[in-house]
Amino acid sequence: MKKIEAIIQPFKLDEVKEALKGIGIDGMTISEVRGHGRQKGHKEVYRGQEYNVDLLPKVKLEMVVSNTRADEVIKTLAGAARTGKIGDGKIFVYDVMEAVRIRNDDRGESAL
Amino acid sequence: MGSPMKSLTKLCLLALATTPVALWAQANPDIQSRLSAVEAATKAAQSAGDNAWMLTSAALVLMMTGPGLALFYGGLVRRKNVLSSMMHSFILMAVVTVIWAVVGYSLAFGGDSSFIGDFRFAFLNNVGSAPNADYAGTIPHQTFMIYQLMFAIITPALISGAFAERMKFSAMLLFMTLWALIVYFPMAHMVWGKGGLLSASLGGKIPCFDFAGGTVVHITSGVSALICALYLGKRIGYPSEAMKPHSLVISVIGACLLWVGWFGFNAGSALNASGLASSAFVATHFGAAAAALGWILAEWLHNGKPSMLGGISGCVAGLVAITPASGFVRPFPALAIGFAAGIVCFLMVSKVKQKFGYDDALDAFGVHGIGGTLGAILTGVFATNAVNDGFKDSAGKLLPLGWVDGHAGQVVNQLIGVAISWGLAIVGTIIIIKICDVVLGVRVPKEQEIEGLDVALHGEEGYILES
Repeated sequence: MKKIEAIIQPFKLDEVKEALKGIGIDGMTISEVRGHGRQKGHKEVYRGQEYNVDLLPKVKLEMVVSNTRADEVIKTLAGAARTGKIGDGKIFVYDVMEAVRIRNDDRGESAL
Repeated sequence: MGSPMKSLTKLCLLALATTPVALWAQANPDIQSRLSAVEAATKAAQSAGDNAWMLTSAALVLMMTGPGLALFYGGLVRRKNVLSSMMHSFILMAVVTVIWAVVGYSLAFGGDSSFIGDFRFAFLNNVGSAPNADYAGTIPHQTFMIYQLMFAIITPALISGAFAERMKFSAMLLFMTLWALIVYFPMAHMVWGKGGLLSASLGGKIPCFDFAGGTVVHITSGVSALICALYLGKRIGYPSEAMKPHSLVISVIGACLLWVGWFGFNAGSALNASGLASSAFVATHFGAAAAALGWILAEWLHNGKPSMLGGISGCVAGLVAITPASGFVRPFPALAIGFAAGIVCFLMVSKVKQKFGYDDALDAFGVHGIGGTLGAILTGVFATNAVNDGFKDSAGKLLPLGWVDGHAGQVVNQLIGVAISWGLAIVGTIIIIKICDVVLGVRVPKEQEIEGLDVALHGEEGYILES
């Protein structure tokens, strides 16, 4: 199993969720985060003082999928999240050792 | 109808009404007593109108402190300090009230010496429902006292903007108590008290026009704020760290409550429900509006974007500047005063503060100190007896008030009043803050400042978002 972690632009969230739902992925965890990569922040002026704002709002999605589906999910996700500009975000993939459905103790891929 | 015409008409009607009636009344004693009853009823009706307005005004001014200023300042600080900021305003509503009742009202308005009152009204002795003819002859003395109390409450609360986010609560309480006694009560007496040095209408040697407290409230608090900011020093991380308002939403609400409440502050300073109150109401509103536009325009040109914070800062600056002028100037000069305050105070907080590098956290000096100074001086320019007919010579003729009336010398008197308020604020505050520092220590330890004063000093948090 693979954990797919994607950090995307907040305004792309609806599009990404719809695209993933379209290929049958509708279980995920979403959080609001702040950060930046090479995207420079912007300058703000407060009371005459200039400040660099480089903690930009982003959205993080996390989902665990079977090994066979991983590539398809990554492609769909990236395609929906892409604008072509700096700041689009990143996807990281991790190996997952175990998955458990709490309700009935299903294990492994049947728990996904 | 202008004021002289109104008086003349009243006089004619009265003569017409009373002469034949009076002649006839001598033959009919019943009519005489009924006439007296009508006269008494008319007077009572006037008093009722005045008292209703003045009690409303007192409530409006208290609302300016709580929740107006509490929200305005509270929104401007970082989240971890929101309650400590609100506490500054709130606790003064309680503390100043007690000091005022015991001795404060008397020191401000008792007696007729030049600099400070006496103890004739201590414990509110002789402050009852009968009017005090010296100050406000148509309303109960208690109304006048409670109205003035609301001014005494908000003035020290304004200072808290300068030492926000780093001052010890206990030291603040001691500071405010001493400040009320040493700075506010003398200043209030000098400008508004009978026989006060700067009093315009009650026998002052240097008559200074300050309708609602440009010098008494805004200059003293604003300049004291500067001294406090300099003495306490900069917040940890200032100016490299951005310390932005945690909630401009509540600051906007606070600013609007200040704007509405200010009608009680300025128009209520007419001390009756007269045409002068209406005039002050209009001037106040116009000053606020023009100043908001002035600040927003300056910011738009300078930074490229007009901000909400600029809008509310501007309107407050305008309200401050129009305060001394409100019962003396016409509407369009009020617009001019407001607009000037918007521009000048914008430059103060965005340019001058940077240049000198002091940490006046919420711009109490930039807005109240400078706005009040500007307004006090411009009052000398634009004050006119066409608005305020309360100043007459011994023959009953109207005296010229400000430069527009041909009395340019008034500007000099205004400058003297400004200088005295600056001087008293500077000297008084330096002494008081030093005493507080020696006795209690004024600045919180570094760890508490970083942790946040709400948790460190008050044991609570403003927002518990997860619950």
